[in-house]
Amino acid sequence: MKNKNLIYDGTFDGFLSAIFYVFEHKLKSASIQNEFVVQQGLFSEVERIITDEGKANRVWKGIKSKLSSRGSYQLYYAFLSEQSGVEALLLDYIRYALSKVTPVDKDYAHPSVLKIAQIAKSVGREKHRMEAFVRFRLTKDDIYFANIEPDFNVLPLIEKHFKRRYADQKWVIYDIRRGYGLYYDLETVEIVNMDFPANFDFTKTDDEFFSTQEFEFQKLWQDYFKATNIASRKNMKLHVRHVPKRYWKYLSEKQPN
Amino acid sequence: MSFQRTQEKLKILADAAKYDVSCSSSGSKRSNTNKGLGDASGMGICHSYTEDGRCVSLLKILLTNHCIFDCAYCVTRKSNDIKRAAFKVQEVVDLTINFYRRNYIEGLFLSSGIFKSADFTMERLVAVAKKLRLEENFNGYIHLKSIPGASDELMREAGLYADRLSVNIEIPTEAGLKKLAPDKKREDFIKPMVKVKNEIIQYKAEKKILKSTPKFAPAGQSTQMIIGASGENDFQIMQTSNFFYKTYNLKRVYYSGYVPISYDNRLPQIGSAVPMLRENRLYQTDWLMRFYGFDVSEILNEQHQHLDLEVDPKLGWALRNLHEFPVDVNTADKRMLARIPGLGMKSVYKILNARRFRKLNWEHLKKIGVALNRAQYFMVCDSHQFEKRDLTSEKIKGLILQNSTSKYQKSLSNQLNLFG
Repeated sequence: MKNKNLIYDGTFDGFLSAIFYVFEHKLKSASIQNEFVVQQGLFSEVERIITDEGKANRVWKGIKSKLSSRGSYQLYYAFLSEQSGVEALLLDYIRYALSKVTPVDKDYAHPSVLKIAQIAKSVGREKHRMEAFVRFRLTKDDIYFANIEPDFNVLPLIEKHFKRRYADQKWVIYDIRRGYGLYYDLETVEIVNMDFPANFDFTKTDDEFFSTQEFEFQKLWQDYFKATNIASRKNMKLHVRHVPKRYWKYLSEKQPN
Repeated sequence: MSFQRTQEKLKILADAAKYDVSCSSSGSKRSNTNKGLGDASGMGICHSYTEDGRCVSLLKILLTNHCIFDCAYCVTRKSNDIKRAAFKVQEVVDLTINFYRRNYIEGLFLSSGIFKSADFTMERLVAVAKKLRLEENFNGYIHLKSIPGASDELMREAGLYADRLSVNIEIPTEAGLKKLAPDKKREDFIKPMVKVKNEIIQYKAEKKILKSTPKFAPAGQSTQMIIGASGENDFQIMQTSNFFYKTYNLKRVYYSGYVPISYDNRLPQIGSAVPMLRENRLYQTDWLMRFYGFDVSEILNEQHQHLDLEVDPKLGWALRNLHEFPVDVNTADKRMLARIPGLGMKSVYKILNARRFRKLNWEHLKKIGVALNRAQYFMVCDSHQFEKRDLTSEKIKGLILQNSTSKYQKSLSNQLNLFG
């Protein structure tokens, strides 16, 4: 039988719709690909999957009934990693999970279970880091604005954290790599797309856009960061392991004076 | 708030507070209510790390570095010729709120030098916390340092607004304290600790009957000891810790390798190394006591008063108790798995789960993340390759050290580092 190449729209529902297709047509050999990163297989038939929320929900319900809650969140986390080839791994994992009566998410000696757990762990780490490293800056419109550039698509995972924590201030967290953000208007969180002015520098604060006291608090934070260091215990290797350099450009304490 | 004035104070009062190690911002159950600001119900978050590698999760400052005491190990001591400053209550509130809104911090850690008297100082610390909670509707984390000698009434009030309270016992032994801090008495540290402990017990009892009982120090209390300033050994230090954990239900004891800050000849001189490796070994021992089911006497006792700097305390224990090994990872109970060198609690749980599906072999264990370099000599698994060939402790230790490079190699080696 020929390999089927299923192309979906990149969303989680789209992916689950593709899984639905695999099981509906009892495909033994299928690859699932995000339409933004399609690589044509020479001998595969291509099938475009139409995202169907109903089908997606049925699949998700089925998976959840077979896995522990941890297993299903690991699966979702791994999906958000956007790593190349993760769909094949997920398909393998889902097939294995559905073939067993008891949850398999702790069968760490099974290759795809272990791999999914590891990917989910990296995504979880990135989520946690974004909760730590988001730096809000107060704009002239009284909105706290932060831009991020995470390796994985973690915005959906951090929404709840920030909504609960910053209930009394308006805020935006914008993923500039993926071109979308979250906006909290004191009531609900919405997904937003923004156009930034040509002269907007994501690493700097500019008095054209940001409030005057914003600079003062950034300065105070930088001073605090410096004062709290104990020079005789300096350990840059440890420092960089905790705060990897790729995050530095948007950390206010790491900006040159 | 005058920016320049605050800026100067912040530099002075953050610098003076940096020797306090505690940075925990977890363990509380204070969630955001009434659409306020902040939430301290989850796990703690380190928002940044200093260049020395310590976590920055709280705005850690002194209210003032004026002090009527003259403790030899303290930068803030009366006789030290340094710039002095004091924050106003409102300044600390503004800094906390504005740092929190920008997601710089999880909350406030407020300590203080002692101006005038213990109560006079404690009152101001409490005033900051009270203002944050009642006027700013702030639900972030607040850690207040109890001032030794503060009255019970003030300690009670502090516990109503703070998530955690702590009082540093500073020096592990009473004799050492007498030598280095002649103005301080151990009873003055103990009294607020007892008060807080009793209030927590009472709160928990009342909470069972009346759900609306106001929270009291939900993240408990902690303390800190300075290591390597007064000549005590590891056995004495861990005995003190054990006593404090057991007697006052402390959540954490912190160990702080002494950073030389004075020319006082009762203390290690300026320029001598901070005992970082020793500090690390003490934390490892502390962990073994709290999470791995070890009794402190198994690791340190009259015969073994010093922790081995070359190997971690769990490996040290295993080498002294080879008769307990090898452990079969496919059948051993949790307690024994946790005693295998190289196995952390996370690996222990993974093994317990994974072995329900199949027998585990070396390959599985490696993939799960077990540090086989150490573990292989102490376990058997589903494999004929049996690594423990009746080796002696010395031989095993040699083999392990040969195949590992300690991150503290530099501090272990006696060789001069010419090009470092």
